[in-house]
Amino acid sequence: MTTVLEITKVDMVFPTPKGPFTALKEIDLKIAKGEFVSLIGHSGCGKSTVLNIVAGLYTASTGGVVLNGKEVLEPGPERAVVFQNHSLLPWLTAYQNVELAVKQVFGRKKNKQEIQEWIEYNLKLVHMDHAMHKRPDEISGGMKQRVGIARALSMQPEILLMDEPFGALDALTRAHMQDSLMEIQSELKNTVIMITHDVDEAVLLSDRIVMMTNGPAATIGEILNINLERPRDRLALAEDPEYTHLRSEVLKFLYEKQRKIENITQHKDNTDSKKNSRSSNAAA
Amino acid sequence: MNAITIKQKLNAVPAASLKAKQLIQNGVQQMMIPLAGILVFLLLWSAAAQQIETSLGKFPGPVTVWQQFGGLYQEHMNERAKASAFYERQKERNAKRVAQDPDYVPRIRAYTGKPTFFDQIITSLITVMSGFILATLISVPLGIAIGLSKTLNTAMNPVIQIFKPVSPLAWLPLVTMVVSAVYATPDPLVPKSFLNSMITVTLCCLWPTVINTAVGVASINKDLINVSRVLRLPPLTHIIKIVLPASIPMIFTGLRLSLGIAWMVLIAAEMLAQNPGLGKFVWDEFQNGSSNSLGRIMAAVITIGFVGFLLDRSMLQLQRWISWDKTSASR
Repeated sequence: MTTVLEITKVDMVFPTPKGPFTALKEIDLKIAKGEFVSLIGHSGCGKSTVLNIVAGLYTASTGGVVLNGKEVLEPGPERAVVFQNHSLLPWLTAYQNVELAVKQVFGRKKNKQEIQEWIEYNLKLVHMDHAMHKRPDEISGGMKQRVGIARALSMQPEILLMDEPFGALDALTRAHMQDSLMEIQSELKNTVIMITHDVDEAVLLSDRIVMMTNGPAATIGEILNINLERPRDRLALAEDPEYTHLRSEVLKFLYEKQRKIENITQHKDNTDSKKNSRSSNAAA
Repeated sequence: MNAITIKQKLNAVPAASLKAKQLIQNGVQQMMIPLAGILVFLLLWSAAAQQIETSLGKFPGPVTVWQQFGGLYQEHMNERAKASAFYERQKERNAKRVAQDPDYVPRIRAYTGKPTFFDQIITSLITVMSGFILATLISVPLGIAIGLSKTLNTAMNPVIQIFKPVSPLAWLPLVTMVVSAVYATPDPLVPKSFLNSMITVTLCCLWPTVINTAVGVASINKDLINVSRVLRLPPLTHIIKIVLPASIPMIFTGLRLSLGIAWMVLIAAEMLAQNPGLGKFVWDEFQNGSSNSLGRIMAAVITIGFVGFLLDRSMLQLQRWISWDKTSASR
């Protein structure tokens, strides 16, 4: 497998009024072509920061990211981002939102006809062709996120970055979106980094799960390979011992090795440590 | 009350008539209450007016003012009749001369009668819109620039804060002197007094649009900015495709405030600059001091208020028409 993306010795230090705050320490990760990698960890551990550094929206304090032999210095459409809250432009229809991206990326390479076909192809891919000409406030949260994914896919990125893409959706819609994403993946075989804090989602979708330790100075704790056969079916997997095992591995990491929230019984006599964890949360 | 009686009650009043009843009730609330408010105001006004004795007679009550409106309208019609008679005579004269001497090229002289109240309204509207449009052309780009650049914002903020509260009356003498010095052509395209009041209006109504545009631009959702960065939109495309539409609701908030200020400032500026318009009308009536003057001034006051209200409404309508965010234009 050829390596597409290489994250090398990335540290991230944010200046705060109380002095520098080290959010990330020594992040090292290689991602192969066509691989689906999930980043999982407790909230505030710096998952999003890693994604933003790969996207080029943040610049790492030390270390760096190399994509296909070129260092990442600024954001660009070859690293398309699906944002948590869709971030569609509310004054444009679904079609126009995708159009903005397509015209920017392929405006010179494709003619009018090809551009239109390409926009419609991508909207069809996410099953949004029936509501192409609706504006974001006229469609549901799940549909908005579909359009957000279509917009990212339409840039034909070398790597697709997803920042908790389904985090704001209800459980049923989320399951539906995960199935859609798997379907698209089987067709396009994109390289993907997805941030999530849903254990089932991570196991269901990923080839590898990267588990991050708690901040400050968060780093990669463990990496879990998911060798479940594709296509995966959530109902069949629910009874699968391998799936259950992998799932419990992630749970163990999150709730034994990197426990963040204390047990309810411990809660009362432990307010002080809670305050600490909250402040580190805010800083991250 | 048990379920059966409720059902009976519902059956007794069919849905359609219930709806009609509700409509009437809403209508009553939306129409009658404001009407009652106006009525009470008129009563208080006429009662108070009876008590105020001035050197020009009693303070005008609603009835007097209504009569003055009629008088002003009559004057306007008379003036129009005079004007058309003037042009008619001119036409006849020219026709005669052309018949005598075929080489004669007829010249049409403009009618130079006194502008009527309604002419003054039109003049005021032209002046205020010129000043407001000039201000918008300056303030929207300036506001966008300030909103985009933190440095520029920090630099401009003290200047804006200091000039924002300046009264038009303070600007006017300066504007007059500068216009006299700079705009010294023998054959002026527009009268100086028009320029004076227009520029004063511009200077006073710049600020709300600048401030609101800057705030709107600075508070654009960061995710939208990130979308633009990921797409590597060039700066101009970024402004046209992302910044401008995103801040349209705030720009319109600023524009509405600006237009309100522009209209208020204009009346004061016209009084002092002696630019034809409603302000000058009020001033002339004040200087005139006839027994009708107070009534006519009061008529002008009501007209000023009404025109101001209409200007605000048309701005709102424009916003509903242009802006994608229909909720922000609800009031």
